Formats: sequence, C-alpha cells, structure tokens
Amino acid sequence: MEDILSTLINGLSLGGIYAMIALGYTMVYGIAKMLNFAHGDIIMIGGYVIFIFMATHNPLLAVAMAIVMCVILGVVIEKVAYKPLRGASPLAVLITAIGVSYLLQSLAQILFGSAPKMVTVYDFGTIKFLGATVQVSALVTLGVTVVVMIALTLFVKYTRLGRAMIAVSEDRSAAQLMGINVNGIITVTFAIGSALAALAGLFYLLKAPSVSSTLGAMPGIKAFTAAVIGGIGSIPGAMLGGILLGMVECISYKFSAIAPYTDAIEFSILILILLVRPTGFLGKKRREKV
Amino acid sequence: MAMLEVKDLEVYYGVICALKGISFEVNQGEIVSLIGANGAGKTTMMQSIVGLIPKKNGTVVFDGHDISKTPCHKIVKMGMTQVPEGRRIFQELTVYENLMMGAYSNKNNQQFKADIEAAYARFPRLAERRNQVAGTLSGGEQQMLAMSRALMCHPRLLMLDEPSMGLSPLLVDQVFEIIKDINKDGTTILLVEQNAGKSLAISDRAYVMENGSIVLSGTGAELASSEKVKKAYLGG
Repeated sequence: MEDILSTLINGLSLGGIYAMIALGYTMVYGIAKMLNFAHGDIIMIGGYVIFIFMATHNPLLAVAMAIVMCVILGVVIEKVAYKPLRGASPLAVLITAIGVSYLLQSLAQILFGSAPKMVTVYDFGTIKFLGATVQVSALVTLGVTVVVMIALTLFVKYTRLGRAMIAVSEDRSAAQLMGINVNGIITVTFAIGSALAALAGLFYLLKAPSVSSTLGAMPGIKAFTAAVIGGIGSIPGAMLGGILLGMVECISYKFSAIAPYTDAIEFSILILILLVRPTGFLGKKRREKV
Repeated sequence: MAMLEVKDLEVYYGVICALKGISFEVNQGEIVSLIGANGAGKTTMMQSIVGLIPKKNGTVVFDGHDISKTPCHKIVKMGMTQVPEGRRIFQELTVYENLMMGAYSNKNNQQFKADIEAAYARFPRLAERRNQVAGTLSGGEQQMLAMSRALMCHPRLLMLDEPSMGLSPLLVDQVFEIIKDINKDGTTILLVEQNAGKSLAISDRAYVMENGSIVLSGTGAELASSEKVKKAYLGG
C-alpha cells in the first residue's frame, strides 16, 4: 500500500515534468508548425543558469534568473534560427532544430566542461504520508505543475492573446486577416515554452542534484513522445501524455524484471499508439489545405 | 485618386507565373468585381494584395500608401481586410469568439460591444448561436459569420473571395443582398466571384481575368451585355 502510494506520487510528479516539457513542444508545433528539437536543451541551459546563480545561495533568485535567461534564449533562437526559415520545407526546419540542439550542448561543454556539476537547489527532505515515505520535492513539483497547467489553460481559453494563439494554430492566414501579428504570437509561444522548460530544469535538479550538457536530451525525447501520444498540437493532450508516460516509467521501475526495459516500454507505447491512433489521444485530424 | 491601385502585379509559385502583370483600381464607394474561371488567378491576386503571399513585381497602393511590402496584419489595421475563400472561420472557437478575433485590432471595448450587437442585429442566426462552436454551423451560417467577423475591424475596403461558393441558390441571393447592404453603409467592395451574372448585376465596374491577366474591363452592365462575357461566363 505504502509502495503504491509513493509510486503514484513519484509517477505523477515525473509525469508533471514531462507534461511541462511536452507543453513546449506541442504549443510550438501547434502555432509555428515545427518540431523544436532544441527544446530539451533549454532545460539543460536552465539547469546551468541555476548552477551559476546558486553561488548567491538564493534559490528563488536562481530560479527566476533561469526562467528569464531561458525565455531570452528561446526567443533569440526562434528569431535567429527558425524565423528566416518560415515557409521553408519542414525538413530544413527540423534539421536546423537538431543543429541548434547540438550547438547548445557543445556550448555548454565548452563553458562548463564535460563533468557534471553538483547543484543542491534546496533540500525539502521527506515526510511520512499514510505510512509511505514521500520526497517533499516530488509534492512541490506536482503542486507547481498543477498550478502552471491550470494557469496556462485559463490563459489560452480566456485571454485575448490566448485566443489569438488558438486562431493562429488553426488557420494562420485567416488569423493574419484579423490583424493578428503571427510572428508576435510565435515569439510569445517560444517564450512560454522556454519558461516551462526552465521550470522543468529546476524540477530535475530537485530530483537529482547534478547538471551536465546532456541533461535535457532524454527528458526532451521522452516529453516529445508524451506530446505525440497525447496528440501533438493539443494542450490537454500534452498534459495527458506526460502524466501517462511518467506513471508508466515509475511503475515499470518498481518491477525489477522489467525495470531495465523501461525506456523501451515507453517508446513501444508510442509506436503502438501511432499504429492504432496516428493523431494521438486528443489530436485532431487536420484538414489538408490545397 | 483611387482607393486601391494595383499596378503590374506579378506573382510566381516557384517558376510558375500565376499573375502576369495585373493592373486595376477600386474607387471609394464602388463595388468592383473580378470574374474568371477556376485557375485564372483570382484568389492568388486577392491574397497577394493583402500580403498573404509575396509579390514578385508590381505595386499596391491603398489610400495613397504603398503597401506592396507591408505585412498582412498591418494592412488590416490600415482598413482593408478580406473574407477568404472557403470562409475559413475558426472552427474550434465559438461564434462570439470568432467575432472577438475579428475585432482583434480594435481594443476599444465600448466599440466592440456596439459592433457585436450590430452583427447580431444583421444576422439574428448568429445571435442565437453565439456560444456554439463555429465548426458546427451550416455553410450559410459560416458565411454570415465570416462576413460579420471581417466587418468587426471596420474595413473601409472589404474584399470577398467567392462568398457564394457552396451555398444554396436562396442563400446565394441573400449573400449578394448583404454585400449591397454593406456597400450602402459606406464600405468599398472588391468582389471575386465565379457567379458572374450575379456579381456583374451588383457591380459598378468589373474586370475579367484569364490565365493570370486581365482581359476585359468595363461597367457591370457593359460586361454583362458583352458577347464574349456572355459566351464564356454567363452560359449564353
């Protein structure tokens, strides 16, 4: 029973992190119609920014700086690398994104070396909860993700800017005819995605207190998987896919017989879902425009 | 001086020339229509004028301002917008939210409330369905929504691309009546239509397009009685 409870909480909290990252993939895909494979590496940059500013021993300042720097970085990457390719073939954009990903990783290695850096942001400790020992950081992660997701959902549904994002994702030319500045909306999307990635970076450091240049690689791919499972382009889909993948991962780790195959199991789920339901759980079939 | 002046407009899709140097003008208060067969380049022309597709050569002047290189959202703010072909309403948003998007460039809340009441008064159907997701509307209702949405930004020049497409004959008549109405309220109209007979009947002037060029021009009545137009577009 205790085991089930702690697995549940860990799974939800890991799922929350995946969902947070997946939101960045899915929103950028929905609005800019591109896969930003450098998104995972923003997490890693966030981790390093926290590492640098933890020299001040002020966790809040470090996290705030990570968010600010990641937002700036995300927006600059979009302007410099992706915007000139607006209207280019999707393959060109995809390859550029992979290039940006390697660029960020190599840059981090040059600046910080290849050995991981230890960062203890804050030690929340553990609590006993219904007999189970639970990491408080997992509860904090879970709490923050829930708040962020609710806020994001409300933002998209009830603000002028949020509705404009839906309009752009549904029909870019029609949105322009409403007087919506599509480039501006894309910039906002990258900013939001990067801020969420910075938070994800923080949560990773709370789980395991070390940052290296490849910190974002695997979470990036996992979250991308989550976004596709949930239906890429769909915000609730990214949340659902993230939570699902996080739960599967934690449950699978519980059983020693299948634990080594955890990654394989997760990616198999992706393949299975793509076979049965190519649009993912909540994805919509898009009208092909002629 | 003309309100909209298009001069030697050329548009290419890759190496294919879609518009081969088109020139025409629209004066304040007019209804001007462009008729022509499928593939003549009408939609391409409409989209390139508002900056949705890039121009290779030529100039577009609106109200004395050269807007050849102006991005679409800024052109809309200057007072020109378009009801695109196929209506292109936002299916996932409600009727009300669609109208809200139409008023995106206008942040005046008072004005917005008055405009939305005006839209509901013009189309009571939209008022009944204000909270319904727009994708569930019928074709005719979607066309009404698309027109109301475009009017929300108070365009001085409204372009309509095939507004009668896919509608029943009764609704087609209604759409042309509405266009006349909008024009009477002071909005200049540029209309692209395959329904040549009906659009010539309401037009002050018209142009005929063929293969990316304008081949004929005149008043609506002149073209409607021209042998060439009759043969090619009016089924007689």
